[in-house]
Amino acid sequence: MTENIMEFRHVGKQYDDNVVLRDINFKIEAGKFYTLLGPSGSGKTTILRLIAGFDQPTSGEIYFAGQEINDVPANRRQVNTVFQDYALFPHMNVAENVAFGLQIKGVKKSEIKRRVDEALQLVQLAGYGAREITAMSGGQRQRVAIARAIVNEPQVLLLDEALSALDHKLRVQMQTELRQLQRKLGITFIFVTHDQEEALAMSDQIMIINDGKIQQSGTPVDIYDEPLNHFVADFIGESNIVPGIMKKDYLVAINGQDFKCVDAGMRPNERVEVVIRPEDLDITTVEQGQLVGTVDTQLFRGVDYQITVHDVRDHVWKINSIHKTTVGARVGISFDPEDIHVMRYNETEADFDARLDSYEEGE
Amino acid sequence: MMRQKTLFIVPYLLWIVLFVLAPLILIFYQSLYNINGQFTLDNYTTYLTSGVYLKMTFNSVWYAFLITLVTLVISYPTAYVLNRLHNKQFWLLLVILPTWINLLLKTYAFIGLFSRTGSINQFLRFVGLGSHQLLFTDASFMFVAAYIEIPFMVLPIFNSLAEINPSLINASKDLGASQWQTFTKVIWPLSMPGVKAGIQAVFIPSLSLFMITRLIGGNRVITLGTAIEEHFLTTQNWGMGSTIGVVLIIAMFIVMFATGEAKQKGGHTR
Repeated sequence: MTENIMEFRHVGKQYDDNVVLRDINFKIEAGKFYTLLGPSGSGKTTILRLIAGFDQPTSGEIYFAGQEINDVPANRRQVNTVFQDYALFPHMNVAENVAFGLQIKGVKKSEIKRRVDEALQLVQLAGYGAREITAMSGGQRQRVAIARAIVNEPQVLLLDEALSALDHKLRVQMQTELRQLQRKLGITFIFVTHDQEEALAMSDQIMIINDGKIQQSGTPVDIYDEPLNHFVADFIGESNIVPGIMKKDYLVAINGQDFKCVDAGMRPNERVEVVIRPEDLDITTVEQGQLVGTVDTQLFRGVDYQITVHDVRDHVWKINSIHKTTVGARVGISFDPEDIHVMRYNETEADFDARLDSYEEGE
Repeated sequence: MMRQKTLFIVPYLLWIVLFVLAPLILIFYQSLYNINGQFTLDNYTTYLTSGVYLKMTFNSVWYAFLITLVTLVISYPTAYVLNRLHNKQFWLLLVILPTWINLLLKTYAFIGLFSRTGSINQFLRFVGLGSHQLLFTDASFMFVAAYIEIPFMVLPIFNSLAEINPSLINASKDLGASQWQTFTKVIWPLSMPGVKAGIQAVFIPSLSLFMITRLIGGNRVITLGTAIEEHFLTTQNWGMGSTIGVVLIIAMFIVMFATGEAKQKGGHTR
């Protein structure tokens, strides 16, 4: 299962003087769900366009199944795309849209019909074939777009912000469905989104893109628990990011106060950034708290309360708690050594991985 | 609110009644009277039985068809290329610009160009090809008519091409279609509304051309338009002129109906 279906080697892309991607390297394994996650303008959609063949890289090579495909036009790549705006053909009905790719390939009529029905079944639109596109809702159009792509049995399916036009409830439902569909079909999905929740929920592997570079790649859990830098920590989930000093291995100072942690491999007294997730912080009594502060705000969000507390040094902490507190109260904040994640400034992903390996294996 | 809305509609209603409905009724009314002012259906019988008028009708339709076809063949690629240019609005303006010049002026300009002593013949003589009869030929008539109609064809096609979502073209390529397949299966069907509007804008006026037929075609091509002019201005047979007018109006309705928005049922399965 670890066969690489696609690879980017030192791929760069620029439009005129505008550098969109710089030195992108990654390998895509067959049969996995990948997400390219980044803010708008980060270059993630450009990567997708390079894979689909709508654009050619300015430098570097793209390999598909071992072959360099830099100059292979889009219509001869074994890749299909689900577009952000669905791009369904308005002059064709649902079945004709889905059949488009097969017709182009000259598949027999009877087989087209069978495969179109099958694809519509897969996206739960059986019986909708004769409908006009204009008669379909946003969510249904989304499914038609997916059916139109998967009916061609591509090796890789690209999804460009595919769920962003749907309302929240439908989006969550489609996340589950997409994940199931990917497992059922066993083909590689490459999903582009700016929505970190979506990325965490669906992916086997996430690549975080910013400023034309891959910031970090890894499983959702790795990225969430061990973000490489400020950008990743801030972009994925909510976080408290505070400056600190790494006294020695497994000991970090925040606000001049020493805390045990589980990070190591840095220079003594190195300046670092410390990440603590809001849900890892607990409100407790002043006596039991490792930090002491005053509650500023409290928002009820259904699942939990979002609380902000400023400590004695006026640093504001975001805390997510299922227990409520009172605004203006003095409280203690407690957390465990495992909740602390230390990030070095300007560490590359390779160095980060190496450092993690060095001390995690040592234990 | 309601009263205001009804008030706003008054100018439009007046316009419609005075300049659309009334003339239509008048033409129809006139067509039922013969040259001596007697109420009769003779004009219609004459029209249908005399070969002259039917031949004229056929001529009109045939030339209008040719003009439309030539215009379409030139305009579609033009509109297509214009759409891909960087300053497309500017280039489009250049195509539209000639329509701001008076039609008669343009026609006279062509007489100057095409005549025996005109610029084109001067050039032909200069390169040693001798002078030729250009004016008063079918070819020159077609050329000038097409020249005049092209902007009216380019504009709607350009607009309908511009409206096509570029991601549809990417989607087509993504699904394996070549450039040509993308054109025949996506771009062409989606630009049909523009093509139809263009055909309406060109075919219908071409049916009743009369000035160009006279000035450039030298009255060799007699169309219904020319016949109407003759009846009203020369023979003073308003009844017969009106009858031909009614025929033209019917022809226009047929064209409108044929090219109208008949519920877009596209998508051809092979």
